[in-house]
Amino acid sequence: MRSILTIVGILIGIASVILTVGLGLGTQKDVSESISSLGSNLLIVRPGSATSSEGVRGGFGSSTSLTMDDAAALQSSTVAPDIAGVAPEASTSVSLENGETNWTTTVTGTTTSWPQVRSRTLLQGAFFSEAEAAAGASVIVLGSETAVELFGTAWAAGRSLTIDSTTYEVVGVLAEQGSSDDTNLDDLAVVPMATYSAQISTSTTGLSVQTLYIQATEQATLSAAYQEAETLLLNLHGITDSSAADFSISSQDALVSTATAVYRTLTVLLVGIAAIALLVGGIGVMNIMLVSVTERTREIGLRKALGAKPFAIRRQFLVEATTLGLVGGVLGAGLGIALAVTLPSVLGSSIVVSWPAVFGALAVSIGIGVVFGVYPATRAARLPPVDALRAE
Amino acid sequence: MADTPILQLENVRKVYSSGDIEFEALRGVTLSVDQGEYVAVVGPSGSGKSTLMNILGCLDVATEGRYEIGGEDVGKMDEVDLAEVRGRRIGFVFQQFNLLASMSAWRNVELPLSYAGVGPAERKRRAIAALESVGLGDKINNRPGQLSGGQQQRAAIARALVTEPMLLLADEPTGNLDSASAREILDIFDQVHRSGRTIVLITHDWDVAGRTDRSIEVRDGMILERGPGRREPQLAEVGK
Repeated sequence: MRSILTIVGILIGIASVILTVGLGLGTQKDVSESISSLGSNLLIVRPGSATSSEGVRGGFGSSTSLTMDDAAALQSSTVAPDIAGVAPEASTSVSLENGETNWTTTVTGTTTSWPQVRSRTLLQGAFFSEAEAAAGASVIVLGSETAVELFGTAWAAGRSLTIDSTTYEVVGVLAEQGSSDDTNLDDLAVVPMATYSAQISTSTTGLSVQTLYIQATEQATLSAAYQEAETLLLNLHGITDSSAADFSISSQDALVSTATAVYRTLTVLLVGIAAIALLVGGIGVMNIMLVSVTERTREIGLRKALGAKPFAIRRQFLVEATTLGLVGGVLGAGLGIALAVTLPSVLGSSIVVSWPAVFGALAVSIGIGVVFGVYPATRAARLPPVDALRAE
Repeated sequence: MADTPILQLENVRKVYSSGDIEFEALRGVTLSVDQGEYVAVVGPSGSGKSTLMNILGCLDVATEGRYEIGGEDVGKMDEVDLAEVRGRRIGFVFQQFNLLASMSAWRNVELPLSYAGVGPAERKRRAIAALESVGLGDKINNRPGQLSGGQQQRAAIARALVTEPMLLLADEPTGNLDSASAREILDIFDQVHRSGRTIVLITHDWDVAGRTDRSIEVRDGMILERGPGRREPQLAEVGK
């Protein structure tokens, strides 16, 4: 009976350590996956802060230092071999109309490399062509939600809509992407950059790019692409000191590593909780072991009277404690892993089985069992047998 | 060997102290037991006879004095040597039987052999033989809880004899038994005595003591009287 309680104590301790650590790692994995789904190998270039003629310095992104020429230069495979694609973006909020229906959304001007760079696919029709982009044609590509708002569930490609009484042809509808924290990636409209600057942009200072998305050829070349983009843009803007740059480059990588750092903290927290769980479980095991040895002092006395040497007594309790720890530990690990496999379908968040956590928990529980099983047994073995026999 | 006494105590004292209070349980006992003797140590409770038994059995150590078993000075032995002596030379029979409840009879009996380093097959053979010699050949797989008091004590005697010790030390072996079972146990002791083994039996019961060769009376930590068989106590103080 006592052995069963000991085993259950160890079992619960181990299973909870495995689950809490697993939950932490699972959350970490979920988040880094959802971040990389925003677009892989991406660098994001934003304009620096603008200083007005009165010397008032605006916030980042307020200047108009990025241009279409920058985008074109970055596209060059000789100057920047590690850059696979560049998608400049300029956007503003406008109202789209289809007869009586109107819907206000963000309209973005960009180039034909946009779907590739932003990892978007088309649900209906096609993205606007190079020719349409060059001609500044009145064509528009809608996000899936925007299309539903304007045209219902009907096929939208080929229909037309108006912006400021200019008629645009809907050439395609984007496949669903989902929402990131504050941006709805499915409620937008995309037009050629030339069309945007000629017909939609309200800017009076000419064409400027608000954001440049740069896609590296692969994950490994992201930092090379970063270097190339920075050097090239500094050159183009005639700036020698990189700390005075009128733009800033950030990467998904930086985002991922920030998130990873956050979730590492979370994991530390969870491991802390698990360690406390293990400690509490360990104290339970410790008590059970101490009580059981105390209750068996009489048995120890008898065994000594029958010729058991102190070593034999220690060995017996060592074997018993290790067996209890091992059985409880293995059952606990089994339960923890089983729950880690079955729970995600119920909770909807993934649990990663961490082998260091499994073996660490096993080692700690067996260690506690052994230390607190063997120490009192050793003490009892040192008592004169008569005292041990007299104990009740 | 026959000439040296198997047990020899010289002026043995035992003092128990708890805190400031000291209690002298044995106040200088000198005693010798020869090979093959059947001796009773008799005395009322609190007389110090259990203390004497514990010292004779190497379960406790004397505070003062010299104790030799088979010619070897126990006072010079360490824990491991003492365990060796207890395991090979002495067989214990307790009033409470002291069988391990979780083990079958033969497992209990083979226990001392396992501590003496005997191999498993040999252990089982000898354990079963010992149980047969006390008339429990059909109960070898019973647990202590499934045996009567007399049967449990017989199993305990089998356990004491399985190592073929030179001394059988029994502490009130009949104290927890009805008189019929007690007689059976004492009959077994007679058999053991006839086979040439030395027996020291601790009891408060003069009827039990009457079946032995020699009685030693202990009172207030001192030996009062010694003589063969049953005898009315006389005050003849020996030792300190």
